[in-house]
Amino acid sequence: MQVSMTVNGEPVGGEIEPRLLLVHYLRDHLGLTGTHWGCDTSNCGACVVWLDGEPVKSCTVLAASASGHDVRTVEGLEKDGELDPVQRGFTECHGLQCGFCTPGMMMTARALLDRNPDPSDEEIREAISGQICRCTGYATIVRSVKWAAAYEAGQKSAASSNGSAS
Amino acid sequence: MTAVEHRPAGFENNDQKPVGFGRMLRKEDARFIRGKGRYVDDVQLPGMLHLAILRSPLAHARIVSIDTTAAEAHPKVKAVVTGAMLAEKGLAWMPTLSNDVQAVLATDKVRFQGQEVAFVVAEDRYSARDALELIDVEYEPLDPVVDVRKALDPDAPVIRTDLEGKTDNHIFDWETGDAEATDAVFASADVVVSQDIVYPRVHPAPLETCGAVADYDRVDGKLTLWSTTQAPHAHRTLYALVAGLPEHKIRVIAPDIGGGFGGKVPIYPGYVCAIVGSLLTGKPVKWVEDRSENLISTGFARDYIMRGEIAATKDGMILAIRTHVLADHGAFNGQAAPLKFPAGFFGVFTGSYDLQAAYAKVTAVYTNKAPGGVAYACSFRITEAVYLVERIVDCLAYELRMDPVELRMKNLIQPHQFPYQTKTGWVYDSGDYEPTMRKALELAGYQELRKEQAERRARGELMGIGVSFFTEAVGAGPRKNMDILGLGMNDGCELRVHPTGKAVVRLSVQTQGQGHETTFAQIVAEELGIPPADIEVVHGDTDQTPFGLGTYGSRSTPVSGAAAALVARKVRDKAKIIASGMLEVSVADLEWTKGAFHVAGDPTRSVTIQDIAMRAHGAGDLPDGLEGGLEAQICYNPSNLTYPHGAYICVVDIDPGTAKVTVRRFVAVDDCGTRINPMIIEGQVHGGLADGVGMALMEMIAFDEDGNCLGGSLMDYLIPTALETPDWETGYTVTPSPHHPIGAKGIGESATVGSPPAIVNAVVDALRPFGVRHADMPLTPSRVWDAMRGVPQPPI
Repeated sequence: MQVSMTVNGEPVGGEIEPRLLLVHYLRDHLGLTGTHWGCDTSNCGACVVWLDGEPVKSCTVLAASASGHDVRTVEGLEKDGELDPVQRGFTECHGLQCGFCTPGMMMTARALLDRNPDPSDEEIREAISGQICRCTGYATIVRSVKWAAAYEAGQKSAASSNGSAS
Repeated sequence: MTAVEHRPAGFENNDQKPVGFGRMLRKEDARFIRGKGRYVDDVQLPGMLHLAILRSPLAHARIVSIDTTAAEAHPKVKAVVTGAMLAEKGLAWMPTLSNDVQAVLATDKVRFQGQEVAFVVAEDRYSARDALELIDVEYEPLDPVVDVRKALDPDAPVIRTDLEGKTDNHIFDWETGDAEATDAVFASADVVVSQDIVYPRVHPAPLETCGAVADYDRVDGKLTLWSTTQAPHAHRTLYALVAGLPEHKIRVIAPDIGGGFGGKVPIYPGYVCAIVGSLLTGKPVKWVEDRSENLISTGFARDYIMRGEIAATKDGMILAIRTHVLADHGAFNGQAAPLKFPAGFFGVFTGSYDLQAAYAKVTAVYTNKAPGGVAYACSFRITEAVYLVERIVDCLAYELRMDPVELRMKNLIQPHQFPYQTKTGWVYDSGDYEPTMRKALELAGYQELRKEQAERRARGELMGIGVSFFTEAVGAGPRKNMDILGLGMNDGCELRVHPTGKAVVRLSVQTQGQGHETTFAQIVAEELGIPPADIEVVHGDTDQTPFGLGTYGSRSTPVSGAAAALVARKVRDKAKIIASGMLEVSVADLEWTKGAFHVAGDPTRSVTIQDIAMRAHGAGDLPDGLEGGLEAQICYNPSNLTYPHGAYICVVDIDPGTAKVTVRRFVAVDDCGTRINPMIIEGQVHGGLADGVGMALMEMIAFDEDGNCLGGSLMDYLIPTALETPDWETGYTVTPSPHHPIGAKGIGESATVGSPPAIVNAVVDALRPFGVRHADMPLTPSRVWDAMRGVPQPPI
């Protein structure tokens, strides 16, 4: 069957098997290997991408279901050579070790911050509770997300004070 | 990385940019945060085929027949291979790391559920899976051996009928310590406490499953294998021995590895199948297992049924510890441990205490379960040893009605006793235990916690405080007594300084997330004064790195880290000779300050390492007899293991209505000697603590009476998430290793080793009002509920 969708803003499409999973479409057909596959049962969250702005587990979404929709992956986080603050936060706070869960964690974190710019530790833990990290023990991931939130708050206040000055 | 260095308040000191040791952000992160890591399943080669493995649905059965006709007829299938076909090529069996053999594909019988029976190579992933459904295997079911306690019954079915003359399921008996002396101490002791303790079967379950891409080039006869391995060099040698390919024609590449934890040390049949698939088809072949395959067939950990006994005086002087262990090794002895240590390093079960005598006997048996036995960050069975001693010491405290901290403090090995030889022959290199324990008590606010507990108990609430104190033994190992299948456990390191003073360091160890690209650059930076950013770390490719045994058992820093420091010192020694020529003074008149040699007494006359590098490669004379270039190579043979230690305190709350355990606080104070990168050390500790929560409260690979694995998915095998884990509180002390060049000790597994007893001790402490002295892991609500009702059950 034919599918067409936008991935990270680019229109893509082609002939696929109807049963093809979105994670395999992204990885094997589009070469976007930043999205990982880890469990098949929606438990680990290594495959989290956005479907129309909502985090989904791409191992349990058919590529066909994504046809006509907007997909965003970890490769789409960086804009014009500028890292997303979430990406910086993970480096700054050692929010990753082996890096396998990281893309999914960052996609969820970005979605959280877009809805809640100043989340508490509990809210961050709740947001990533559908995802597994075997390396970090989660505390540094929580710190990473808080770093990004603090960074964005700083940017915002700098922008508004600049605005009032001009 | 963007040029922006702005950081939010409170994070200004996040990256100290050390030229040497200190907090430094990781070099490798740049690719991971962009989704540009390159894991095995990311490897795409032109014409690549996909391999899938048919696995046994039964735990024990004779294979009557296999019909592959329909699978072969599938239009996208390129090859279907059975055990019989491998047997014709002499490839049906392969050696395990414990000198046993394991079936690559079953020929005669299947011996565990999930065992490899046949494989298909097809044009794509999905077709390969489809074709598995078309293979028709007829099995004759046999009685399985599932209950390890019955494995040695005279009428138990014999699993390993492939071994000539084998009439039972016994693998080995191993002893350590002095049985007679220990018995004598027990006979005259005031107090003897005995406790059955089970460490159930668990699984490392790294987020990336195992896989390989094999690419055999028929023209030059070279095999390139990308694989999820923690030990690329050891694997290459073993492939040469198994497949008969010359070693120089095998290149093993361990690219980015999505977590290992010991599970990626063994060679699995799937890797060999991928190689055979590529040899047969002449095309690259990819095999990546799914999560179920990972959980049911690859290296498990623990599965030790222990009887622990402790002897003491009535005022709490511990005199001796004795233990008998029944070890379930599964269907093949696939344990990955130094060969002369069949029970791994379980011999350190004497813990951190000064004993008069100790004795252990371990009996290992075959069962119809997946093979393995050492995996999951255990430092070769030290998890089991530390759990045993720290649990039994708490049982003693319970019987003596002593505070568990007081009991431990009374018995800790004293600083003046180091190097300390244990009653089982291990020589602890250094330690200063009391300050570590005191720091943990202080961080936790131990006395206040006990007061709070008393108040809560009075209100009927269940709060527990658990303590553990552990000594690890990591950095295998000295070649005089440690090898894996005849390969000495040493590690090579090669360092080249380029003309402009930048460097490349090549390691034999392989990172699975530990941050080697940063840590090893820092070690070389500390020795040479070249900034870490100017040092490229190369690892994970046998064609590009010197030989060595790889990363497991927390051995990278103790062994390879020593190699990196010493190779840098070799380079520095040569640099000194060059500097003496440049400054026209004798070598004896030169002094080193990080990054430069200067004339003694005249710091203005100096040359930097960068100046020296250019001279080493440039035109002009060098001192007589000196070769050009600035590089060195080394193979490091450690004189002893390193012995990190730590004190952990856990606080739990138990809901009296549901028996659900919540880890409220966890304080971990670790001593790993010299600290190279505190951020990375803390990360390693955090990860191990989460492992501990998993093992203590959630994780277990269970089987039903037919040998069906009940932990075959992440819906059944429960791994902690951010909701089950607290915000860890860490601290440290520093007792350098006297024999390690930079005084460092391993840290990768300390927390996995030390945290389960602290958590279980806390749960048992919370259950004291119910008269509970022991309850086995995993302490799920139902198991805690049983303990509260006075009927705690062993998990197996």
